[in-house]
Amino acid sequence: MFTSTERQRIRDDFPILSRTLSNGMPLTYLDNAASTQKPRPVLNTVRNFLETSYSNIHRGVYSLSVEATDAYDEARKTIARFVNAKHATEIVFTRNATEAVNLVAYGFARKYLHPGDEIVLTELEHHANLIPWQQTCLATGAKIVPVAFEDDGSIDPAKVIEKFSPRTKLLAISGCSNVFGSLTNLAPILKEAKAQRITTLVDAAQLAPHYPVDVQALECDFLVVSGHKMVAPSGIGFLYGRREWLALMDPMLTGGDMIKEVWIDRATWAEIPNKFEAGTPNIEGAVALGEAAKYLQALGMPRIHEHCEALANDAADKLALIDGVMVLGSRNRSGVVSFLCNDVHPHDLASLLDQEGVAIREGHHCAQPLMRKLGVAATARASFYLYNTPEEVDVLVEAVEKSIRFFTGKLSLPVAKVV
Amino acid sequence: MSFDELYQSILLDHYQHPRNAGPVHGATCSIHDHNPICGDEITVAMQIENGKVAKVGFDGKGCAISVASASMMTEQLQGKKIEDAKQDVESFLSIMRNEDEFDNHPEFEELASLEGVKKLHARIKCATLSWNTAKRLLEGDSDS
Repeated sequence: MFTSTERQRIRDDFPILSRTLSNGMPLTYLDNAASTQKPRPVLNTVRNFLETSYSNIHRGVYSLSVEATDAYDEARKTIARFVNAKHATEIVFTRNATEAVNLVAYGFARKYLHPGDEIVLTELEHHANLIPWQQTCLATGAKIVPVAFEDDGSIDPAKVIEKFSPRTKLLAISGCSNVFGSLTNLAPILKEAKAQRITTLVDAAQLAPHYPVDVQALECDFLVVSGHKMVAPSGIGFLYGRREWLALMDPMLTGGDMIKEVWIDRATWAEIPNKFEAGTPNIEGAVALGEAAKYLQALGMPRIHEHCEALANDAADKLALIDGVMVLGSRNRSGVVSFLCNDVHPHDLASLLDQEGVAIREGHHCAQPLMRKLGVAATARASFYLYNTPEEVDVLVEAVEKSIRFFTGKLSLPVAKVV
Repeated sequence: MSFDELYQSILLDHYQHPRNAGPVHGATCSIHDHNPICGDEITVAMQIENGKVAKVGFDGKGCAISVASASMMTEQLQGKKIEDAKQDVESFLSIMRNEDEFDNHPEFEELASLEGVKKLHARIKCATLSWNTAKRLLEGDSDS
């Protein structure tokens, strides 16, 4: 875990953490698996870029356009280093991880999948790594082969591998569950997929903000990440794709800036990655994403993971001690703790916690097949990030206890004073 | 807003002891619906006879606000003429949309305990799920 001095320094970087809510309560932000807050270096980068260097990119020959283009390209290089891609051209900027999955579904899967082909994925995938494949199957006649998760929310690599067959063309798998926070042991799965010539996509939306990602070591073909979950603004994310695949893929969007030569009735495409970035992209978003990656790397991804895992396990242990609370998932978790209370529905719990300033998520977390399997409509989910503290774990636990006491009638409410 | 303002005792009572929960014997129509944002689901069933809501009940799983609202909805609509029931549903939905006030509707009595929910935009869908389903039933819609 970060030391108390380090924690204070980190918290000082995030202005939003010092605000209070309309009822005067300080903010305890524990919905980081959904989206993270932004530190001053990222905020300042956006502001400085827009104030001093902004213009459209790629086309202008004037100095300002060259500066903006350089900043955008530099961000791409930073992201390539962040995931250890061999070439910066293997990074395609997208709006988010969802768009990146869709880009592969449209540009790659629809082109190369045939009736009878199989796509292996797990039953804990976020809808973002499920629905695009359902659509791909409708369009191509391929079919989804699901892999069940274990009782503790983990994925057994052997159970994934055993679904592989000569018909398997694609493996789409999450590196970290957004519900359980469980980390998937990707290495043996991806190694076997490669041996069987199965194309692989890793959904790293939850993984990359917490854990060092090395696409060369993983040997995956594609990997998707959302910027807003790693202290960058929303509306920017990226796809990593192996150069050979990206070159073969079709663009999903066509139009300005993604072309090489255009006639009135036909056109040819620009080189990768530009052929996938039609229209004016989120330029300041990309520049901010580069800064976000630098910010996280300066703190050290392994330490961020260690910090969040410690907080989540601490929260899991303390919540589990509360009568009627069941904690889901294994101890091998990123910063996520999903839990259920016998006496309080997750939505009510989230509303009650909000009165105490504690922001947690409730619901199906865009993983309805997983919820169906658990036999619940929703869970409550607290998710921690680098700026959260052990004190905030205690605030959460106390607020949960108070909510349960209130719902079970064991909390006496203040009686209005008769004057 | 405090815990007690949000979850008034009436609302909690309806959640812990929902009225008219379970299947409706002799139901003439029913609709299963769910809230896609949170996954809560509900089936509302009615026995409509001689232009009246003879019986109304609900089944499903949900949070305190959705269950209590459904429970109070059944008490509110039971025995009413279809036209009057429709009027109640419309009034309740417009109050939840902030286009009307509980103060203008003394007939709603206990339902006014949902006042606190109006301040929580994220929870209005919970409070209106059963009412929207009832509205469709009163308009003649049914799953089977």
